[in-house]
Amino acid sequence: MEIKEQKREADLLRFITCGSVDDGKSTLIGRLLYDTKTIFEDQLQNIERTSQMRGEEYVNLALLTDGLRAEREQGITIDVAYRYFATPRRKFIMADTPGHIQYTRNMVTGASTANLAVVLVDARKGVIEQTCRHTFITSLLKIDHIILCVNKMDLVDYSQEVYEKIKIDFQNFISRLDIADVRYVPVSALQGDNIVNKSTKMPWYEGSTLLYMLENVHLGSDLNHVDARFPVQYVLRPQSNEYHDFRGYAGRVEGGVFKPGDEVLVLPSGFTSTVKAIETFDGPVAEAFAPMSVVITLNDEIDISRGDMLVKPNNQPEISQDLEVMVCWMSEKPLVKGKKYIIRHTTKEAKCLVKDIRYKMNINTLHKIEDDLNIGLNDIGRITLRTTLPLFYDDYRKNSGTGSLILVDEFTNETVAAAIIL
Amino acid sequence: MYSYKLSYLKQLEAESIFLIREAVAQFENPVLLFSGGKDSIVMAHLARKAFWPSKLPFPMLHVDTGHNFPETIEFRDYLVNKIGARLIVRTVQESIDNGLAQEEKGPNPSRNGLQTITLLSAIEEFKFDAAFGGARRDEEKARAKERFFSHRDEFGQWDPKNQRPELWHLYNGRKNVGEHFRVFPLSNWTELDIWQYIASENLEIPSIYFSHQREIVNRQGVLLAKSEYISLLKNEQYEEQTVRFRTVGDMTCTGAVFSPANTIEDIIAEVAAARVTERAARADDQRSEAAMEDRKKQGYF
Repeated sequence: MEIKEQKREADLLRFITCGSVDDGKSTLIGRLLYDTKTIFEDQLQNIERTSQMRGEEYVNLALLTDGLRAEREQGITIDVAYRYFATPRRKFIMADTPGHIQYTRNMVTGASTANLAVVLVDARKGVIEQTCRHTFITSLLKIDHIILCVNKMDLVDYSQEVYEKIKIDFQNFISRLDIADVRYVPVSALQGDNIVNKSTKMPWYEGSTLLYMLENVHLGSDLNHVDARFPVQYVLRPQSNEYHDFRGYAGRVEGGVFKPGDEVLVLPSGFTSTVKAIETFDGPVAEAFAPMSVVITLNDEIDISRGDMLVKPNNQPEISQDLEVMVCWMSEKPLVKGKKYIIRHTTKEAKCLVKDIRYKMNINTLHKIEDDLNIGLNDIGRITLRTTLPLFYDDYRKNSGTGSLILVDEFTNETVAAAIIL
Repeated sequence: MYSYKLSYLKQLEAESIFLIREAVAQFENPVLLFSGGKDSIVMAHLARKAFWPSKLPFPMLHVDTGHNFPETIEFRDYLVNKIGARLIVRTVQESIDNGLAQEEKGPNPSRNGLQTITLLSAIEEFKFDAAFGGARRDEEKARAKERFFSHRDEFGQWDPKNQRPELWHLYNGRKNVGEHFRVFPLSNWTELDIWQYIASENLEIPSIYFSHQREIVNRQGVLLAKSEYISLLKNEQYEEQTVRFRTVGDMTCTGAVFSPANTIEDIIAEVAAARVTERAARADDQRSEAAMEDRKKQGYF
């Protein structure tokens, strides 16, 4: 009974783990799950048996998360996997993202919904290209909190010097990025030092364990509760006697607060009306805010369909057919200037034309590359788009829900890019 | 200052409702896979919430192995009737009779794997382009890799190495003719979340989830219920025990657990303290290390 109440009130932290291949992410996660007693006996028996069969020295905790045949064969993580665990303080959704450069797109996938990133480095290798790449993506996607885990401390004799050197290198790199909160912790995922339990082997380290940081990091809301945005997802017109004249707009609040009586402006038509009610299956509610999924009814009959947006007349988003975006390219086929792609933004789908490629980023130096504008798999660059329909959007920093979009190849239907609106 | 915060369960609910609506908006002809188990009961409830006050804009499909617990089938029909949904039933027996599938041999023949064949032929028959499933990522390591919108090729196959990246909450449901999607709105729910939600929403569930007396046989640690579909091996015998089921599936592979849990609150306490996964009692997952992945690649849900 007590457990239940505790967990119902617990808050939620979504985080990703990233870092280079072989930095020990899967082991770290295995350790986190193991030491928080989230691993079940049958799972543990399974991996013990497999580790033994393979002749491995330790129980290979990475086997817990590498769920695909191909991952187990190669001992690497290919695709993002989501894991769940809880402590009395918090619930956690963890996206275990691959370190291999070939799968950077999956790292972006995990990062797009995270509040925090755990970046791993191998104490023997220090800050390398992948560390920078992942940290840069983290800052691009506006993840406010980073924990740098210096892993494999057991392999450098738990040396404070090694740890401090890596810390300084990382501080130098991130001084050029916009990240509010960065913490550091020396760990050994394999031995369990400073993951859940405080290590006795690093008395020089006075900070807290990784789990303590995850449990206590302050989550100011990353949702926007100021600028009212309601993209219409689906129009409900029940053909029933009881709800004969019902016309409801179903959707998810992407920002701000909507209340009955509020004046709203409908985009793109420009008509105004007032909110009649905010309906749910459980009855009407007094207000709706992000990320609630509700049904809004209005006092006037206006032609509204999927892809339209309800906002407040005194607080409107940008409206344009010309967008400046940063893209992370996710396809083997490079970005083609002048090509048309399908664009998905909020609940709207349109086509767009790539008008211009401004620059490509050198992720190690954070410099703009202006003499090589070929944007291929895993590249990040700034481009301009012209869309066939006007989009209603905000700067990504203001609202990631109305400031993000994806590009889809119209022939293969592949998602080729993630983009944030500048 | 008033803080705009949704409880964890309400966040999960809002996310699932968004996903269900998104699939219905993007696909022409969706269907909800419904087995009468706890996850599909929650799915059906969320779907009602998503479209209220309209009725469900899609039918439900039960792929019936013919080896179900009678309590589950009874509950299935009761619930479908109560919420006024349309139910389609396709049976593994039909697939066997048509020559599409072949019954397993041996002492413990299971029709679990054959469900894939029946499911894919139903998808083809009705030209469904999206099928909602109640699968959760916490169930199994291969399922932890699953996307919300999961693309299937024209053979219904899943390619875990070539999944579409899913960014923010922008879901790409574009496909070619003959391909379809599996949509998993409960991906982020855990077993405990499901039970807590069932409790908080006061949902009805089939009686086999609660503790009862039943004749079972202990086969390599899996407690199988007495039924006409399994035959005893040498040295085996049935014994009466106090058990309940954590998952509901085919009688030939769904194992019971010893349990005195009589109420939802008991079940929540039991699940919170459980030391084994719910699928530990599933014989179908124990056939090989990648049993689930292999079945999913073929088109299993």
